[in-house]
Amino acid sequence: MSETHTIVRVSGVTRTFRMGKVEVQALKGVDLKIKQGEYLSIMGPSGSGKSTLFNMIGGLDKPTTGKVFIDEVDIAQLDAFELAWLRNRKIGYIFQTFNLIQVMTALENITLPMIFAGMPNDEAVEKGLKLLELVGLGKRHNHKPQELSGGQQQRVAVARSLANDPAIILADEPTGNLDLTTGEEIIALMQELSEKRGVTIITATHDYKMLSASDRVVWIEDGRIKKIESRDQLNITIGGIDAH
Amino acid sequence: MKHGGDGLVFGGGGPDQSVTRAVVLPFRKSVEISVKSLKVRFFRNLITALSLALAVSFVTFVFVTTDTAQGLFESGKPALLDMLRHAGYDVSPGVTAVGGGPKERWIVALSLLVCAVGIVNAQLMAVTERFREIGTMKCLGALDQFILRLFLLEAAMQGVAGSFLGAIFGGLAAVLTGLIRYGSAAATHLSWSAAGLSVLEATGIGLALSLAGVLYPAIVAARMRPVEAMRVEE
Repeated sequence: MSETHTIVRVSGVTRTFRMGKVEVQALKGVDLKIKQGEYLSIMGPSGSGKSTLFNMIGGLDKPTTGKVFIDEVDIAQLDAFELAWLRNRKIGYIFQTFNLIQVMTALENITLPMIFAGMPNDEAVEKGLKLLELVGLGKRHNHKPQELSGGQQQRVAVARSLANDPAIILADEPTGNLDLTTGEEIIALMQELSEKRGVTIITATHDYKMLSASDRVVWIEDGRIKKIESRDQLNITIGGIDAH
Repeated sequence: MKHGGDGLVFGGGGPDQSVTRAVVLPFRKSVEISVKSLKVRFFRNLITALSLALAVSFVTFVFVTTDTAQGLFESGKPALLDMLRHAGYDVSPGVTAVGGGPKERWIVALSLLVCAVGIVNAQLMAVTERFREIGTMKCLGALDQFILRLFLLEAAMQGVAGSFLGAIFGGLAAVLTGLIRYGSAAATHLSWSAAGLSVLEATGIGLALSLAGVLYPAIVAARMRPVEAMRVEE
């Protein structure tokens, strides 16, 4: 594992939204470096700019000023085609609402990104089945999302995010729609992936369960980074949070 | 872990880059996805197709009725010409073809217009309903053109099925009306190739209408930014 390689670099990013006639600054200058293989959580209350920062990192939104680099490539310079390629191959997304495509079975959901990547169908199916096996849903490949529980759907989503062996997995509130134990299972699954596969996992969350799994936690407040804590510092702070 | 060309997003280079960086959706897969989407929203699609079928059947009815009259007219038999005159057609000497007047053409155009507006409305709703699905696909790497293609394919299938059924229905209705109005002469003098052509023409109009109706909604869908997929609205 390379400790020094920076996979995401955010430098001086601001983002301004127009809300009717009012301009709202969601991010007021954020600098952040994320290392390869890291499990990073972005924490903050809603409205803190957490989601905005998260979308920037995922190439889903462009900064008003400042730059976001993924593997030292400024994503603002990419055209639509390159961005699609980036989303397809380099980034895997996990959503709060699972966002499986309802008309497709679990397996088809997983193979879709591989089809986009130009993989032949048989190969994609084979890999899809392996990924389902990995998340513990090997026997459910033929089920539609409606026939699966929330936790199972999120597992399928995790498997889908791994479809093209991305370098980064972006998880937006992955446990937000899950109950306590199912949420813990998903966190454990992601932590395992980060350790075994060396995938960089970036989550935006306000789920404190996520803290113990994270290598580093970035606290965002009012559009700025309030503090960045690594895991060993965290254990001390968690007590403080619980006391609230 | 080493991170040479593989770990870097835009590492490597070389002539094969355009190949490795391609994002594709094979045509067969597009059809498969479209068929699935149509099946899942079967009832709603049926209603959209039905409105198209109605408009097309009306158009076909008008076309084939004219074909029937033309057949009778070309027979040149005085008794038949008399019947045509009774039915309101202009069969005075010097006229070479019978047909609907401008009023009829306006009604046909209007019915098609109403149908087109209905299709745009239905498809815009379908797009709104599928915002998350489209956003998710884009997050997975779909290009604008994939989304466009899926919507156009769905509309084409819907268009062909709805229009063809409508055209057949309208054609049959026109032949039956002709039989009632003019007796068996209507069928014997009707040029079946002209009637068949009318059915095909009406189907074509229906298909074009369906595609034209979906174009704007599909462009709206294709241009949607993938962030929409992240948005939580319960």
